Amino acid sequence: MSSLSRDEVAKLAALARIEMTEAELLELSSQFGMILDAVARVQEVDLSGVKATSHPQPLENVARPDVVAPSLSPEAALSGAPAQEESRFQVPQILGEAE
Amino acid sequence: MIHATAAEMAKALAAKEISSVDLTKAHLDRIAEVDSQVKAFLHVDADGALAQAQAVDEKIASGQTLSPLAGVPLALKDVLTQQGVPTTAGSKILQGWRPPYDSTVVAKLKAAGVVIVGKTNMDEFAMGSSTENSGYGPTFNPWDLSRTPGGSSGGSAAAVSAYEAPIAIGSDTGGSIRQPAALTGIVGVRPTYGAVSRFGLIAYSSSLDQAGPFGRTVLDTALLHEIISGHDPKDATSISAPVPAVVHAARNGDVKGVKIGVIKQLQGEGYQKGVQARFDESLQTLASLGAEIVEVDCPSFEYALAAYYLIAPSECSSNLARFDAMRYGLRTGDGQGASAESVMSKTRDAGFGREVKRRIILGTYALSSGYYDAYYGSAQKIRTLIIQDYAKAFTQADVLVSPTAPTTAYKIGEKVDDPMAMYLGDVATIPVNLAGICGMSLPAGLADEDNLPVGFQIMAPAMQDQRLYQVGAALEAALNSKWGGPLLAKAPALGGVK
Amino acid sequence: MALSYDDVVAKYEPVLGLEVHVELNTKSKMFCSCATEFGAAPNTQTCPVCLALPGALPVVNEKAIESTILIGLALNCKIAPYSRFARKNYFYPDMPKNFQISQYDEPICFDGYVDVEIETEDGPKQFRIEIERVHMEEDTGKSLHVGGATGRIHGADYSLLDYNRAGIPLVEIVTKIVPGTGKYAPEVAKAYVAELRDILRGLKVSDVKMEQGSLRCDANVSLKPIGSDVLGTRSETKNVNSLRSVERAIRGEMIRHAELLNAGQKVKQETRHFQEDTGLTRSGRSKEQAEDYRYFPDPDLVPVTPDAAWIEQLRAGLPERPSVRRKRLQQEWNVPDKEMAAMINADVLDIVEETVSLGADPTKARSWWLGEISRIANEKDLPVAELSIKPVDVAELVSLVSKGELTDKLARQVVEGVIAGEGTPAEVVAQRGIKVVNDDGALMAAIEKVCAEQAETAEKVRGGHLPAAGALIGAVMKETKGQADAARVRELLLKHLGQG
Ligand SMILES: [Mg+2]
Ligand SMILES: [Zn+2]
Repeated sequence: MSSLSRDEVAKLAALARIEMTEAELLELSSQFGMILDAVARVQEVDLSGVKATSHPQPLENVARPDVVAPSLSPEAALSGAPAQEESRFQVPQILGEAE
Repeated sequence: MIHATAAEMAKALAAKEISSVDLTKAHLDRIAEVDSQVKAFLHVDADGALAQAQAVDEKIASGQTLSPLAGVPLALKDVLTQQGVPTTAGSKILQGWRPPYDSTVVAKLKAAGVVIVGKTNMDEFAMGSSTENSGYGPTFNPWDLSRTPGGSSGGSAAAVSAYEAPIAIGSDTGGSIRQPAALTGIVGVRPTYGAVSRFGLIAYSSSLDQAGPFGRTVLDTALLHEIISGHDPKDATSISAPVPAVVHAARNGDVKGVKIGVIKQLQGEGYQKGVQARFDESLQTLASLGAEIVEVDCPSFEYALAAYYLIAPSECSSNLARFDAMRYGLRTGDGQGASAESVMSKTRDAGFGREVKRRIILGTYALSSGYYDAYYGSAQKIRTLIIQDYAKAFTQADVLVSPTAPTTAYKIGEKVDDPMAMYLGDVATIPVNLAGICGMSLPAGLADEDNLPVGFQIMAPAMQDQRLYQVGAALEAALNSKWGGPLLAKAPALGGVK
Repeated sequence: MALSYDDVVAKYEPVLGLEVHVELNTKSKMFCSCATEFGAAPNTQTCPVCLALPGALPVVNEKAIESTILIGLALNCKIAPYSRFARKNYFYPDMPKNFQISQYDEPICFDGYVDVEIETEDGPKQFRIEIERVHMEEDTGKSLHVGGATGRIHGADYSLLDYNRAGIPLVEIVTKIVPGTGKYAPEVAKAYVAELRDILRGLKVSDVKMEQGSLRCDANVSLKPIGSDVLGTRSETKNVNSLRSVERAIRGEMIRHAELLNAGQKVKQETRHFQEDTGLTRSGRSKEQAEDYRYFPDPDLVPVTPDAAWIEQLRAGLPERPSVRRKRLQQEWNVPDKEMAAMINADVLDIVEETVSLGADPTKARSWWLGEISRIANEKDLPVAELSIKPVDVAELVSLVSKGELTDKLARQVVEGVIAGEGTPAEVVAQRGIKVVNDDGALMAAIEKVCAEQAETAEKVRGGHLPAAGALIGAVMKETKGQADAARVRELLLKHLGQG
């Protein structure tokens, strides 16, 4: 019987940037045992020597020529922005440095 | 006018017996009349549709030869971007967003003169099998308004079966075209993966998603299939090969000498009695038309559902990361001193529904270090086994068949609190997605116990989509003559809850 | 209190690891067709793909693949017959998809090396830097931090994002750990980055402008007590944006680590940021837990399986290795070591070579670029290459001087004119009316005038004391406003004074 504790769900939620309420965390935690049991069935099969498939079609080397095409206008690019300033996307203060 | 097939409408348009503007108005009137009950549409673009219709009428008047569906109205699943028209993927997180670009499918529809009347409801980000997971409320099954139309393309399927549009576009990641087609008594096709461009299709699970057509007949579906297919340089997973001759096949239905493989694993236990009965009858019909029926064994299909519910959530956990309140869509919690991180987290909590969060968390777990091999990695290997099962089965049969869904349409609210029960509804459709092949669902009659439509699923190898239409058209013709007309004619008047 | 560098290296052995990110100079971005022009107005080079609008999909730039393979070959790497893109998942506002398309366990190039040479107390010494991998990825957008006192990320009220840079092709070059550099660690690191820069420039795959961020270096440093086999904890310093900073950052980190270790404290494994002004590093915000990037193969992109014949074709077309080229040029031009070093330091090797290829004498070409032109560049605080004088101008100049149409002094005026944008040397000569006085009559008049004015000196020369002629020649040159050819003046003067 698999399970995922409330704290484990909370850790995953933080990693996925979803701020969940306590009730949501508990609900998910209670549902996860059943879901994990169901999906863990993939481990019942002997998979040694089986290659993983991540692309359903066996395509290779699909690339485009290095040619410039018109971009969006800055107005169109910013048309959905919740906030903007000086043709830039305005975002709340960023804590911590980039990668 | 609205009860005709798309092919008939196009013929009348080309012959100038009707105008596209009148045809479009008739459908807009139908929407106004019934959509308050069906709730198939999230957005009706009356002005845009009439402008497109007008343009097609002018071209017809000037004697131009247009595409086979020019001037015919269409309902578009809200998962595809249409420039300037609200596009939400059924999610609150995208409420009010108007894309600055057309998806390739929309560009092809516009180029073909197909009139897009509006955007249809769907399970949020295509995650679900009942359209109950929409951020904007459920869609109701025109056969019985207390039931779901299936999903995730429930809005498109309901629109077609309620005569709000003769054809529609859906998307199918685990059965989201075929299953609602089955539950609403219409035809739906999930084309071969890579046959229809995904550019502009809001991603749920990239390696499984594929847009496809709905119609009330096999031929209508083929006509639409042909228009939206073809290689697209904007989609690296798009196949650069000629579009299979689906329209030709739909006009020449024939199963004489065709080997039809019944998948042992996709019938019997777990399938509703009336569903199994209609499936068996359809097989007999095919046999009577000259098909050879064989049984094939696909042992790995037993694990398909488990593999799907690891692969799709994993990919979605990454695909949906872009909905972060920074560049578009909802932003909440942006107050004094709030950080970008907290605004992201609050917005994603407020903007995503329960099922979406559930799958994101599941996918985040399946990909996280220490669990990757056991979950995501194993699932991708199961996928290999499923592909091998299909490959072997297709050496024994030209097409494979099964019931589309194990049950007929269920009551709204019946399974919302039981995700596993909901997931089981996709058991017969999911293998097609995992293998990247094509599948069709077409009406097989009504289940005795509830008088609700049953779907018959046909599967064919990648880029052999024409086989679906060849077999589907033959079965459709035989069943229609048996029923004395299309199944949809038996649908009770809208509003009549049984 | 503060340790001296000598104390540090007496006790500890540094272990380096270097990650260099290079922006390729493709015309379009890595996964979309937006332009990559540096310095464009904000958000004018963005599209649904690089803004990560819903529904958009990436398609790889074939030139970026080619450039990366070229880099791999030039760094003696193996080229993978099968490689894939993976998603590196983490949330950050400068990265629109909230995942970076990168490569993970299947990079396109791996297992290479670069040899670098540095000056040591015992003369030149070579070090081999082994390359772990070279892989493709994409750059992020740029944020501008508004409010707060410093304009820095900390304490800002909000940030403004420009995604023009988002999606520009990046190649990441990762070394294996570099042991055994001892006290020369900072110099070796600098030499490595300089060598990489020259290799990349020779391949013409990147602008390699550290000051514009098209070449960026992250330096991993750890210390272990000399003789120990156990690796110390490393710090990773980001933002090291000049060759000099590479050296300073590593030296600074070595001292900082040693101070901690000497005090019995632990070095924290963390990301640090180099500060150009102080030369020190500053700790990034420490994360509560290590980031879990949840890498997985990108389902929107298909595998890259380069054809072996194509790889061999690319290998055959590789330019000469910079170190080999330097040795060859030094020989061909017959340049002393010190002068060669000066040219490399002043970054004029390419430009001198081009000037020589246009027919100029190597020594003359070198002395113009390294002398007068470098002096002006210094004054203007610009790289030599950015002045408006080009190799073709200098070649023309050298030719004019050798034909006697310009004196060295006049030629300097011409250089000034060309740099001021007055045109080619010939145009500057014409417009400024610069010309050598070749008219012997005019020269003789000046000579006679000078000899009359300085009769005493003239007498000395007439008496056979030739060194005294210098003063007279100088005076004649002055009289003719520098337009005379000094050699001709000397000839005529000596003849005039009976010494010819
Ligand atoms: Mg990197
Ligand atoms: Zn772009």
